[in-house]
Amino acid sequence: MRETANISLADRAWNGYLRSDGRKGIRNLILVIYTVECASFVAHAVAAGEEDVHVIGFSGCYDNAYAIRLMLALATHPNVGGCLAIGLGCEYTQPAKLAEVAEQSGRPSDWFYIQNEGGTRTGTARGKDALKGLRGRMDAEAQVVPMGWSDLVVGAECGGSDGTSGLAGNPVVGRFYDFLVDRGGSAIFEEVVEMIGLREILLSRAASPEVAAELDATYRKAEDYCKAVRQYSVSPGNFAGGLTSIEEKSMGAFAKSGSRAIQGVLRVSQPVPKPGLWLLDSVPDNHFMQFGYTNPNDTEGIMDLISCGAQIVLFVTGRGSVIGSPVAPLIKVTGNSRTFDRMRDDMDFNAGTILEGSKTLDEAASELMEMVGDVASGTPSKPEALGHREYFVMYKHQDTPELAAGCRA
Amino acid sequence: MSQMPPTYMRCFQVNPADNVATALDDLASGQVEVLGAAARSVVVATEDILLGHKIALRRTEEGEAIVKFGVPIGIATTAIEPGAWVHLHNCRSQVDERSSHLDLKTGAALDTAYA
Repeated sequence: MRETANISLADRAWNGYLRSDGRKGIRNLILVIYTVECASFVAHAVAAGEEDVHVIGFSGCYDNAYAIRLMLALATHPNVGGCLAIGLGCEYTQPAKLAEVAEQSGRPSDWFYIQNEGGTRTGTARGKDALKGLRGRMDAEAQVVPMGWSDLVVGAECGGSDGTSGLAGNPVVGRFYDFLVDRGGSAIFEEVVEMIGLREILLSRAASPEVAAELDATYRKAEDYCKAVRQYSVSPGNFAGGLTSIEEKSMGAFAKSGSRAIQGVLRVSQPVPKPGLWLLDSVPDNHFMQFGYTNPNDTEGIMDLISCGAQIVLFVTGRGSVIGSPVAPLIKVTGNSRTFDRMRDDMDFNAGTILEGSKTLDEAASELMEMVGDVASGTPSKPEALGHREYFVMYKHQDTPELAAGCRA
Repeated sequence: MSQMPPTYMRCFQVNPADNVATALDDLASGQVEVLGAAARSVVVATEDILLGHKIALRRTEEGEAIVKFGVPIGIATTAIEPGAWVHLHNCRSQVDERSSHLDLKTGAALDTAYA
């Protein structure tokens, strides 16, 4: 079953913003980044009331390689056209360096230390001035070009799952992923700890023997992680709700990967190397401080997907959720019609129609594709329109050279 | 709340190879319509099964796989008759040993000391 919906949907095109690395954005945002918790108030004051300005930041004073890579990946994300980095003045993470990398990528950028500007009021005024300057340059330099499915990278994650997530919410995303990949687009799925029990099934989806070896190593690390923390990613509420084993929960989560071949494993902040379906490994690498935490909350996983260049993220939630995301619009999908009706202001897509029998999986996936096309064309998703911009940048250890131990690594 | 059994009860089978389906309503003993992969078929529930829980679609022997999504999600620890509730009391995980030590109804861990 390789046929996509109708021709007009398959050939849909819209305008995007061309970036120097060839990627295209569906928004032209300014990203304000603060480099320590002490600068967060001023950063949010600068962004207040500015529709095209989103905020992220790192709260730690001691820097961390993983967090810096994540912030750089977001500063140079296709949906971001300009960057303003704000520091307090005594932290390890350097706002000047963040602005420099963003500027070198062709994005108008600026930075300052609050201590040098005088404080909250003068710092906020300095930031507001900077936004005007950046916007002027962005308007002058913007390259608006046509884009379509093959230019799109979409991420998917699930959270607040219930019995419908594995039956409808995740499968509809998986079917849409098949359509997207068949149109030359890119799709990323994650949550390796929720693939435990599916090793053979996961490996059988590899595009090549090399990819199978990569998937195997990623799977083994997640399994080691679960053994080390003595816990699988399944909770009493899952069992009470009818899930009997981690394998069952894993299959429900894995359904959002669809059925196409997996091209390889991405690490956090690594851009998608070529179109197709990719697995994102967000599990921390083993380290002298032990693993640390993997997915402390839904927002962390969504940030990881955006760091790999996803211009849109699909969030499957059976029970419902009220989060959004900075940089890339979040589209909230539920397989539970009752949740959709109860949380209509927050939920974008109802896949419960599949369980009721009023829509086939293919029909629902085509409708979801239509909605993704609308959001890519500029229609705000529900959380985007509500102003939800939740973010989370944490200390983590990934791709850490063996001798570079310490909290910086 | 009325204790009357629902007149129309449904479950959802994901894959034609599955020997279980997921309850879309709270099920009581009686006829249940099977939607999804084997749409329009019927199974007779032999006990109460809550929404989101699994109902056996055919007889499964002890040691056989419980199949959902077309893949084994556990192993039957006893023979299971069609229409029966399939959960922690008659199915165990192939990897997670701890889940065989949880309360059947609440899922609460029974292996943790609180004193």
